[in-house]
Amino acid sequence: MTRSVFLFLTAFLASGVEMVEALTIVLAVGVTRGWRSTLLGAGAAALLLAGLIAALGPVISQVPIGSLRIAVGGLLLVFGLQWLRKAILRASGYKPLHDEAAAFEKERAEAGRTAIGGPAPVDWYSFTVAFKGVFLEGLEVAFIVITFGSAKSHGVTIAAAAAGAAFVIVFAVGATVRAPLSRVPENTLKFVVGLLLTSFGTFWSGEGAGVSWPGSDAALLGILAVLIIASLVAVRLLRHERNLARLAPAQKGAGA
Amino acid sequence: MRWVVAFLRFWYDFIVGDDWVIAVGIVAAIALTALLVDQGLEAWWVMPLAVIALLAGSLWRALRKASGETRQP
Repeated sequence: MTRSVFLFLTAFLASGVEMVEALTIVLAVGVTRGWRSTLLGAGAAALLLAGLIAALGPVISQVPIGSLRIAVGGLLLVFGLQWLRKAILRASGYKPLHDEAAAFEKERAEAGRTAIGGPAPVDWYSFTVAFKGVFLEGLEVAFIVITFGSAKSHGVTIAAAAAGAAFVIVFAVGATVRAPLSRVPENTLKFVVGLLLTSFGTFWSGEGAGVSWPGSDAALLGILAVLIIASLVAVRLLRHERNLARLAPAQKGAGA
Repeated sequence: MRWVVAFLRFWYDFIVGDDWVIAVGIVAAIALTALLVDQGLEAWWVMPLAVIALLAGSLWRALRKASGETRQP
């Protein structure tokens, strides 16, 4: 039960965050250059991603569960630690926060600079940018769905349902407001997703290597708690370090 | 040939990202866990410890890189 709830939550949040970023690109190109080719590009990328999940899902499920959990756990750990590291660097001020409104404006300016051709049936600029945006943002989601799905029975159903729910919510809100979803607390969500992916990765890679976790599934909560504490301590230490680095030149100048 | 390099580069960037030490460290930690389990020892603590150490190491490297960049004229 614990695993299923966490699995749904992780897949939902990871998909939601990536879809918010994809939506920003689609909206910027659609608003600037028209919707037909943009939606064609986004739709083609979504189809390709669905095909990837449908093709790889059954193949991966043929692999013995022990080996699979090592591979899946390792992959989730690599993804999770990258998300977590970036989130900690953002929270401590070492990396700029992701700003959907700024990303939207940048994308819109670029789309506006490229000339629209004659009355061709497809505007290839819009198609390519929307395709690339949706495919690249969605690829990680596809991997999360496949890996979660293969490491737990009914996992594909749970992860795919979570991704589907995120897709419906994000694109329904996007279609309604027709603006980037800059009020979504994206940086906090990325922090949470990083923590959840890393927790699952630690748990599954341990299980795959033959570990019996103390407390069975409840160990997942323990791992999550340890990671939350470690990450918050890291944010605090890095903020302190950054403040010291900022003060140092001023003190040097005052002392001279 | 350029397409093959670009294809491999894409997957390397997608999976390994900008800190290859994390990927290598994870493989080493899983191998150590499996080895200890094979010897009949309790090994559940290895992965959480390795994850915290890898995260700390990666942050330290990012910090050093950031301070190196700000020092450059």
